[in-house]
Amino acid sequence: MSTTPVSGPNTIAAPPRPATGRDPDGPAVPGAPSRRRRTRGRDEGDGRGVNWWLTVLLIVLSLTIFIPLYFTVVTALKTQDQLGGTGFALPTEFAWGNFAEAWRLTNYPRSALNSAAITVAAVVLTLLSNSMVAYAIARNMHRRLFKGLFYFFVSALFVPFPILMLPVAKQTALLGLDNQVGLILLYVVYGLSFNIFIFVAYINSIPRELEEAAVVDGASTWTVFWRIIFPLLTPMNATVGILTCLWVWNDFLLPLIIVSDPRGATLPLVQFQFQSQFTTNYTVAFASYLMVMAPLLIVYVVSQRWVISGVTRGAIK
Amino acid sequence: MATTAARGPADRATGRAAGSAAKGGRLKENQTARTFYWMVLPAVVLFLVFHTIPVLQGVFYSLTDSPGYGDWSFVGLSNYTALFGDPRVMSAYWFTFRFAIIATVLVNALALTIAVWLNGRIKWKNTLRGVYFIPNVLSVLVIGYVFQYLFAGAVPALATALGIDRLSTSILADPQLAWVGIVILAVWQATAFNIIIYIAGLQTVPQELYEAGSLDGASAWRQFTSITFPMIAGFFTINMVLALKNFLQVFDHVLALTNGGPGTSTESVSVLIFKGGFQGGEYGYQLANATIFMIVIIAFAAFQLRVLQRREVSL
Repeated sequence: MSTTPVSGPNTIAAPPRPATGRDPDGPAVPGAPSRRRRTRGRDEGDGRGVNWWLTVLLIVLSLTIFIPLYFTVVTALKTQDQLGGTGFALPTEFAWGNFAEAWRLTNYPRSALNSAAITVAAVVLTLLSNSMVAYAIARNMHRRLFKGLFYFFVSALFVPFPILMLPVAKQTALLGLDNQVGLILLYVVYGLSFNIFIFVAYINSIPRELEEAAVVDGASTWTVFWRIIFPLLTPMNATVGILTCLWVWNDFLLPLIIVSDPRGATLPLVQFQFQSQFTTNYTVAFASYLMVMAPLLIVYVVSQRWVISGVTRGAIK
Repeated sequence: MATTAARGPADRATGRAAGSAAKGGRLKENQTARTFYWMVLPAVVLFLVFHTIPVLQGVFYSLTDSPGYGDWSFVGLSNYTALFGDPRVMSAYWFTFRFAIIATVLVNALALTIAVWLNGRIKWKNTLRGVYFIPNVLSVLVIGYVFQYLFAGAVPALATALGIDRLSTSILADPQLAWVGIVILAVWQATAFNIIIYIAGLQTVPQELYEAGSLDGASAWRQFTSITFPMIAGFFTINMVLALKNFLQVFDHVLALTNGGPGTSTESVSVLIFKGGFQGGEYGYQLANATIFMIVIIAFAAFQLRVLQRREVSL
């Protein structure tokens, strides 16, 4: 049965769920989300039954998240001589110039553009390529080679990066890939392990009848994948896209070891490179940190509900 | 199209029979199979080049005295024997294990608790869930720098004002306490993602079970231990395994907060491999370290999977 997870680690990621995968519209509307909808309707539909103690407790606890962010914002807005005390006081006058100085000092436009371009390219290429590889593997699990490939890719999840990083740094330098292109390529390749793992589980829940019907009508395997399977993968593409975006934008270690030309540096890497200059000038440092956090934070606030449901969906599969 | 040009060994025979209408069905099947090979081939090649071969290279050079460039010669297992007598290496493992185990336990305990609460009958459920995910949207390195200023400036100032002597100096400057700061940053950042995974798990638990539970008069704690936890044990396993694996490789946190100091008291294994391998001319030696580290991580994961999965079954 196609909804049965293969074995090993896969069984862990796919706890029991209703067999709606057999349903014609199964993959688009799996069992779990419909149940969630029911729960949400009951909880938020009316004010009765709301646990206010728990709500207040959670709001108070969320201060632990807001305090470092608040600290970042107020520090970024202060002048040097306002820095005394605990640092939590509101600025008496706003030093907007910190942002201008951080912008100029770190050459923000260049590193922001690097980060954005690398992130967008890595996400797009990951979605297009990793889903295709996962599809080929998922539909050929009965062949020893493909089954072997599945375990080959997934077992790499447990190979720690330190064993790779010294040889890979040498290798990319040798191949002339110690730049943005090399980074994009490595993100797409290193994402394979995890993405195949979750794409395969999802593709297994897509009934084969759709593809068989298309094949009878004369469609090639490529057509079947791009026209039928890829659109059906949209929910999982959202999950993989979100996780890849968060990883690539925030990653520090890979740019640190790969990028040799300072002009190719990403935002986190630039913060690291400027750390020695920042220690004497930390209102500017905080303005710079805030400008690094802001783009993704703003995107997240706007698309928050969609991001959460995307990540949740990935976990259930 | 690629399918016509390609000729894998398996379908060479049928490829010749292309014109035969009688073999149409089989041909189609083989073309399909061939397309599947083409779909995975580039990925397999790239993965071999950028992942598998570097790993093998790493293991290979761990048997040499290579400084990362120029000449090298085989030194057998002497890098490995030297590792065990190197106090800096031993201290890195001790810090890494202690940090990773404590952070894993704390993250999972906190995340599970908050996830259960966020799944309860609360107001503004979606907004609160969104708020608790924020740390995961931030770069560890960058928010780590913010935490560094908090630990070095704000916390001591606050402690002095409140008269708490123990915290009136930066914990990051204290070799005995600096690791606590790294745990705090790691827990703050990683709990966010684990909360969402646990919430996903909680949504797979059928409501009927709780209804049956309350009919039988089960307390909230009893419902958690008898219904919730067994039902999401799979999520617990995967979260514990992934958290430990990630924390064992801790890097950004250390570089942001202490850069391994004071002294080498918070130098993690990844940081040591990075520093020794790239800056210290210990390419071969640190690759031996990395090889041991890889074995350790695989062993930890295998052990965890066995123990936690066995428990899943028994529950």
